[in-house]
Amino acid sequence: MMGVVTYAIWLALIALSLAAAALSLDPQLGGPHRRWWWQGLALASAAVLALSPHVVTFSQQELLVFLTINTLVVVSYRLLALTGEFSLGHVVMMGFGAYASALLSKQLAIPVPLSIILAAGLTGLVAFVLAFPLFRMKGFYFLIGSFAAGETIRLLWKAFIGPKGISRIPGVPDIEIGAWEINFWEPVASYYLILVIAAVSIWILWRIEHSHVGLTFHAVHWRDQLAGAVGVNTWRTRTQALVLASFFAGLAGALLAHYITTVNPNRFAVHEMVFVLIWVIVGGTATIWGPIIGLVTLTAINEVLLRDIGYDELRPLFYGVLLVLAMLFLPNGLETLPARLVRHFRRAKLLASQR
Amino acid sequence: MDIAVFLQTCLNATYASSYLALVAVGLVLIFGVMRVVNFAHGELYMAGAYCLFWVFYQNELPFFAGVAVAVLVVAAVGLFLERTMFRPMKDNPLGGLICSIGALLVLQAGAVSLFGVRKKSFAGPYNEAVTLFGVDALTISGQRLVVIAFAVILLGALWAFLRKSRFGWALRAVAQDPEAAALQGISISRISMLAMVLGAALAGAAGALTATIVPTGPYMGHPVIIGAFIVIIVGGLGSLEGAIIASVLYAFTHTFVTTLFDGTIADITGLVLMLIVLVVRPHGLLGKPERA
Repeated sequence: MMGVVTYAIWLALIALSLAAAALSLDPQLGGPHRRWWWQGLALASAAVLALSPHVVTFSQQELLVFLTINTLVVVSYRLLALTGEFSLGHVVMMGFGAYASALLSKQLAIPVPLSIILAAGLTGLVAFVLAFPLFRMKGFYFLIGSFAAGETIRLLWKAFIGPKGISRIPGVPDIEIGAWEINFWEPVASYYLILVIAAVSIWILWRIEHSHVGLTFHAVHWRDQLAGAVGVNTWRTRTQALVLASFFAGLAGALLAHYITTVNPNRFAVHEMVFVLIWVIVGGTATIWGPIIGLVTLTAINEVLLRDIGYDELRPLFYGVLLVLAMLFLPNGLETLPARLVRHFRRAKLLASQR
Repeated sequence: MDIAVFLQTCLNATYASSYLALVAVGLVLIFGVMRVVNFAHGELYMAGAYCLFWVFYQNELPFFAGVAVAVLVVAAVGLFLERTMFRPMKDNPLGGLICSIGALLVLQAGAVSLFGVRKKSFAGPYNEAVTLFGVDALTISGQRLVVIAFAVILLGALWAFLRKSRFGWALRAVAQDPEAAALQGISISRISMLAMVLGAALAGAAGALTATIVPTGPYMGHPVIIGAFIVIIVGGLGSLEGAIIASVLYAFTHTFVTTLFDGTIADITGLVLMLIVLVVRPHGLLGKPERA
């Protein structure tokens, strides 16, 4: 019974994100009732997200927490990808937030909510400093440069804080409202907290993308010399994207650190970065829903379906094959699939009516 | 650091630079012709090592039969990667690279499912120590000497092939200017296959030759590919001579820092070296600046 409910929840999450992508990519979908469709979608998503932790097992509850944190990671990664640069240092930025918040709260006894915000800010600051060397590079050089910078930071933790990392990080403190006590050791309570923070962050990221700044990101991606010629400072635009993306990655990392209460360098190694890259590429980057679709679909298949079947060793194989297939046959990502289907049916209907 | 330790470290660094050069030169060859950075190159090296394990250790055939099988098998894997991924992705500058990350995961998972996660340590046939020039400090295992000798022979042969043979000329022409080469009647797709086969074969040879020295495991390609990336960036993407010089430079730096401090500091030194080159001279020591 529990299994069926779990599958239903994951399928609902995939379907909802696919529907959102279809609405974003096809401006005709829904016709005059478009607004209602969006509102219905928002309500349905809120209901599924709010109810899901209460009907699944403990390990699935934990998975939902990690899913929420990873959502913030992939959506913030997309902000940088909008400027056309793929970084291999994003997960290290997440780790920077985790380490910073852990050290601030444990060594300096700064209250946890404050340390999370400070850590995110510090991550943005580090990204700003890294932008000076890194944005002298583009394309492959940026990719490899961001890897080198990230790996250097990660090895510095290993050398100076220790290969085992930091343990016994204080968690988010309990909240008492009257007789009602919220204990964040419970995955459900943490899930709601992180869900709200992630939702607000994603809304901010969405607003940024649709603001004047976000439009220059697109301009720098597709026509960077033209953008430069009409007075856009391309270096500054790329730096803005990197700093903002890193800020939210740091936030996600800090939330993770206080939830699992331990961080170590391996958690932020390059193979984790490869997963983020795969989620984003398989999902697509045209809309904010693309990375979310990739993340939710692959997590569902990987953590639920394959785990039930029991091919633990072959799960990387599945990721690898899927990445290659997506690059070869679906280069714009899963997000374009529903809109393409809609267009296909519309054309079929049109042809039928003309006959 | 006394003189004996110094000499011993030099020998170790020579050995490290020899197999690193084999891997990095293959990477440069592939990049030069196809403009693809093959992230799965470390896994080709790993596949070579497993081929030797299978032929030499499990089937008890001669060592060099294992090396030959490794070269052939890994070259075939390389050809497969070229046909299924790199060629269809030709117009997408980062596409081939991202596909090769997928290939990396597939090859690692393949090794895990065929041979298990546990690392294999097994002795090679030439394990007795050799003392060079009668100096006690210059003692090295015969197995490492074999690697150094093979690296010199293979790289020499490659150099001769690229300079003297028609295929070599064609390959260098494609690397310099693919369109002009195509106008001269050179088949770019055939040259791409050749570059991929050669590059993969070199990685397979490096893996097979070092399989008895480093523990053979599914993730053994990881440190090698990072080293090779540092080497090709420092040497200049597309420059074979640069890759060889940078291999020696990097291997000596890394080995000496490891001896004086520790491995993590050595890794950091290498990465910082690469970052400095990327910022100050992105086309590397011997590379040419790319035309915009």
